[in-house]
Amino acid sequence: MKKLKIIWNGIVPSNPVLILAIGLCSVVAVTNFVKNALLMSFAFSFVLILSEVIVSSIRKWIPDEIRVPIFVVVIATFTTIAALLSHAYFPAVYDAIKLYILLVVVNCIIIGRAEAFAYKNGIFDSLLDGIGMSIGYSWVIIAIAVIRELFGNGTIAGLRIMPQTYQPALVMILPPAGFLVLGVLVGWLEWNIKRKEANKK
Amino acid sequence: MTYLTGLLKIFVASMIVNNIILMQFLGLCSYIGLTDNMSASVGMGYAVTFVTVMAAAVTWMIDHWILIPFHLQPFLQIVSFILVIGSLVSLVEIYLKKMSPNLYKAMGIYLPLIATNCLILGVTFVISMHKLDFIQALVEAIGTALGYFMAMLILAGIRERLKNSELPMFFQGKAIAYIVSGIAALAFMGFQGMIK
Repeated sequence: MKKLKIIWNGIVPSNPVLILAIGLCSVVAVTNFVKNALLMSFAFSFVLILSEVIVSSIRKWIPDEIRVPIFVVVIATFTTIAALLSHAYFPAVYDAIKLYILLVVVNCIIIGRAEAFAYKNGIFDSLLDGIGMSIGYSWVIIAIAVIRELFGNGTIAGLRIMPQTYQPALVMILPPAGFLVLGVLVGWLEWNIKRKEANKK
Repeated sequence: MTYLTGLLKIFVASMIVNNIILMQFLGLCSYIGLTDNMSASVGMGYAVTFVTVMAAAVTWMIDHWILIPFHLQPFLQIVSFILVIGSLVSLVEIYLKKMSPNLYKAMGIYLPLIATNCLILGVTFVISMHKLDFIQALVEAIGTALGYFMAMLILAGIRERLKNSELPMFFQGKAIAYIVSGIAALAFMGFQGMIK
């Protein structure tokens, strides 16, 4: 039960994107098409889960003073692997979002979880935390991507959903809409939280 | 002459047309996090400009004199760039503390934050992807940093005004900052196509 709670924690209560509002660069940038969001979630989850496991398994040998550089090297190694893997298997999508995959290495979520969770907890718990955080990140960016691609292009992951006569709102797949959709989503969430607190009183 | 106009093109493209925040969405953490305070935004703007140019110069040398000649670029680029930028930031911090305490005081708190700012690393990757030469790399770095500075000032100014206005409950807090940047980004879309 407690283990399930670790996973659930990343999905909603301390969702890295919506609640903690960190690591936003890739969230806004890659959500114009579902394909891009899927590849980004893969790269992100790969790096996050494996770095948390490695950091947690070597945590007893890491000297306290130089822990951040060590985290960075571990994360950078896995980012390189993820970038090479995506380049090999999904070259077209990789070319579109190459910069953001490389920049997973400075994603605040990953270094934050390594420092705040993996460095203090056991391997299995860190694995669960990594899975929970990855799901939390992935569902948000895929949800934003579905909204943007559906309205901006009338498709979801390339499949036509809207009828042929639908006039796509082009702005939704252009860069500014990333900010707009995220703003509405964050506003809705904070509004919900505030309303619940007001009800309690 | 064509080289000079090329430099001008790179400068305008990196500062305005492909503005690093509004068009490429790098460095959003500090952009959203610090802009509710005008002086903090200015301090961060100076610090980022300074470090970006230094980082671009140093990583260009590493890329062209070590990584490419030894065919290490695909494997070691990420690791070496992030470590170089991290140590560069600490070095700059130590140097400023000793040599110019006033400047250090002005941007002291923001310097450590920069090491994990994706903007700096992003610029160095863009430079390496576009295969720019040394002068072009410097111009690209300066343009990008000034573009960041500009976007920070725009949002900080608007948020200063927003503090005194009555917002609907839905938009209070961070939400309005995203919406404002979305609209600013829409305005910047107008520059698209200015540079071919």
